[in-house]
Amino acid sequence: MIIGLGHYLTVAAILLTLGIFGIFLNRRNVIVILMSIELMLLAVNINFVAFSAFLGDLVGQVFAMFVLTVAAAEAAIGLAILVVYFRNRGSIAVADINLMKG
Amino acid sequence: MIVQAICFYLFAAVAVASGVMVISARNPVHSVLFLILAFFNAAGLFVLLGAEFLAMILVVVYVGAVAVLFMFVVMMLDINFIELRRGAMQYLPVGAIVGMVLLVELVLIFGAWAFGPEAGQSLAAPLPHPSVTNTTALGDLLYTKYIYAFQVAGVILLVAMIGAIVLTLRTREGVRRQNISAQVGRRRSDTLEVVKVRSGQGVETS
Repeated sequence: MIIGLGHYLTVAAILLTLGIFGIFLNRRNVIVILMSIELMLLAVNINFVAFSAFLGDLVGQVFAMFVLTVAAAEAAIGLAILVVYFRNRGSIAVADINLMKG
Repeated sequence: MIVQAICFYLFAAVAVASGVMVISARNPVHSVLFLILAFFNAAGLFVLLGAEFLAMILVVVYVGAVAVLFMFVVMMLDINFIELRRGAMQYLPVGAIVGMVLLVELVLIFGAWAFGPEAGQSLAAPLPHPSVTNTTALGDLLYTKYIYAFQVAGVILLVAMIGAIVLTLRTREGVRRQNISAQVGRRRSDTLEVVKVRSGQGVETS
């Protein structure tokens, strides 16, 4: 019953896959897509901390903190864009976001 | 050791289950709540790994700030979420195929993972003696060796804060606001005029 590195990596892999699957499943809902991205970043953080703990190197945890910082900034900016978009268009459906014809 | 294994499986199972609920819940409010549950269980995994500080930061930052922000936005915007789910099944097969392929690849890679024999000799910052707490060790590292990266992280947060404010700030037309400097700067000559009125002639308004 020894919990090794592989166990943590498997959990992180499942969470990352769930995040990607969530983007496909909720293609029209930007809010759930942002939540899926948060799930993927969480999986990345679990990987960093697991490697840090099992390798005996503290730098992984330092980098996980920076990932956390970027995730928080990304959520704030993403939701701000969402609020502005909803104020202008009255909808957040992804299919409607094609003004720039990109 | 058995307690640790039980805790790991508990946290991992709840985290994965709430991750499934995040992407499949019909109501986005439920999605946010399950996201909070997933973050809590990930924090539990971090504690099991010996990264207590990161676990507490995860709870404070994600649950306290990011999830509440999501909750605000979900509740503030008046959106027909049922309509948004229409056509979701259309992309289900593609998503399932991509997800399964990715998951199988990741498990194949990580299942056979092992550190090389020389990996332990080139550590950038070895874990300190167990008597030093995780928070102290992280602080020692973060404020000395990674101080520039730390400052850049602060600048990123500042930029995000200013960006969010600039994006959502709205100046409404036709709102009468109190202008204190204009009130204080008023002179008597601007507003008051003493007119000598002759009796029987009245005053001309200017």
